[in-house]
Amino acid sequence: MALLDFIQQLLGLQKPSAETAKERLQLVLAHDRSDLNPELLEQMRREILEVVQKYVEIDLEEVDVSLATEDRVTALVANLPIRRARLKPLPTAHAGSPDSGATHAEGPAEAGDPPESASSEADPITEAEAPSEPLDPSEPPDASGETAHLDAPGDLQST
Amino acid sequence: MNPAPARIILICSGKGGVGKTTLTANLGIALAKLGERTTVLDADFGLRNLDLLLGLENRIVYTAQEVLAETCRLEQALVKHKQQPLLSLLPAGNPRMLEWLTPDDMKKIADLVAVQSDFVLIDCPAGVEQGFKNAALAAQEAIVITTPEISAVRDADRVIGLLHSMNVEPVQLVLNRVRPKMVANQEMLAVDAVTDILALPLLGLVVEDEQVIVSTNRGEPLTLAETGSAAGRAYHNIAKRLRGENVPLIDPSKERKGLRARFLSKFRQVGLF
Repeated sequence: MALLDFIQQLLGLQKPSAETAKERLQLVLAHDRSDLNPELLEQMRREILEVVQKYVEIDLEEVDVSLATEDRVTALVANLPIRRARLKPLPTAHAGSPDSGATHAEGPAEAGDPPESASSEADPITEAEAPSEPLDPSEPPDASGETAHLDAPGDLQST
Repeated sequence: MNPAPARIILICSGKGGVGKTTLTANLGIALAKLGERTTVLDADFGLRNLDLLLGLENRIVYTAQEVLAETCRLEQALVKHKQQPLLSLLPAGNPRMLEWLTPDDMKKIADLVAVQSDFVLIDCPAGVEQGFKNAALAAQEAIVITTPEISAVRDADRVIGLLHSMNVEPVQLVLNRVRPKMVANQEMLAVDAVTDILALPLLGLVVEDEQVIVSTNRGEPLTLAETGSAAGRAYHNIAKRLRGENVPLIDPSKERKGLRARFLSKFRQVGLF
C-alpha cells in the first residue's frame, strides 16, 4: 500500500480499493446477467415513471431505478418517493405526437433550461389537480398533451 | 466393465491466464497420487499447453482426432505420465486441424476415455465461444477457476451463467492467486466477496506462489514434489475435497494480518472512520 493511500484511508478520504472493486463488480454483473443495456434500462425507466406519474406525484429529484443482484438473482429496484397521490389518474399518454410542429417548438426551449422545465412541471400539477383537469398539466391547455408527457422523463435524464 | 462411471469434470474460467491449465495438471497428478485413474483432456487444441505443464510435450504422437478417425487405438494416443502412471494425457488435436472438432466429437472422446478412468478432467479453452461450448457439452460437472480481479470474476460469472443454462452440475469454485496480505489490507477482493458475488461453493483457495512458475519451467507440477509448497498443498486439498474428503478451508488473509491492516481494522472497529 502506498503511504499516501494509507493516509487517505486513515483520514477517511478514500475507501479501500477492494470495496470499490466489489461495488463495481456488483453493478456490472447486474447488467451482464439481465442482458439489459443502459439504453433499454433508461427506456424502461422512462415508461415506468410515465405510468406511475399517472397515479401519484413523484419527487423526480429522488427517483432511483436500478438493477441489484444477490445470489445470482437480479432484481429491478425502483425507489420513487411519492409527494402525493393524484385525486384522479391522468389520462394515458399516446406515443407519437400528432403535431410534429409542436414538438419542434418546445424542443429547444427545454434543452436550453432543463431545471426550470422540471420545476415548472411539478408546480402546475398541483394546480391542475384542483379543477381535476384531465389535460397534461405541464403544458398550456392548447399544447398537445401527448408530447409533454413523453418529454417529462427527458428532462429527468438531463438533470 | 466399469461399475462406477468416471466423473467428467470441466475446468474453465472464461478469462485466459487465470490458471486453468495449471489447475488441471496439478489436480491430475494429485488425483493419480490418491490412486484415482485420471485422464486429462486438453480441449484447447488451438493453443494447447497442458502437455508442457506436465512435461509430456515430446511424447505426443497421436491425438484424439486420430482415435476418432480410427487411424490409431485409444491406448496409442493416451500419453502415460512416467512418475504417476495412473495419469494419462490426451490432446484433442493440434493447431493445424482447427476445424474438425464438433460437440459430438468432444463428447465421444470424453466418453471413450471415461470407460477406463475414475476422473476425466477437461482443460477448457478460454472464452465463451464454440471451443468452450464443445467442452462443456462433454462434461457433467465443472470447476470454475478465477482470481480476485474484477475482470476475471466478471468473465467467470458469464461462464457460470452458461454452465447453468447447459445443465452442468455441480459447479464449484477455485480461487487462484490470492495474496493474503493485500486482502487483509483491503487492496484485493476478499474470498467471501468473490464467493458471495458468484454464489458458488468454494472448492479451494490457492495463494499466489512463485513456485508455480518454477514448476512450469521444469514441466513438473507442484503436486508431483514431496516437499510441500503453499500452492501444491492447496491443489492436494482440492483433489481430496473433490473425492468427498472433508478438508477444512482456511482463509489465509484472516490468519495473519500485516501491521497496517491491524491498525486500520482497529480504527474501523472503534468506528472512527
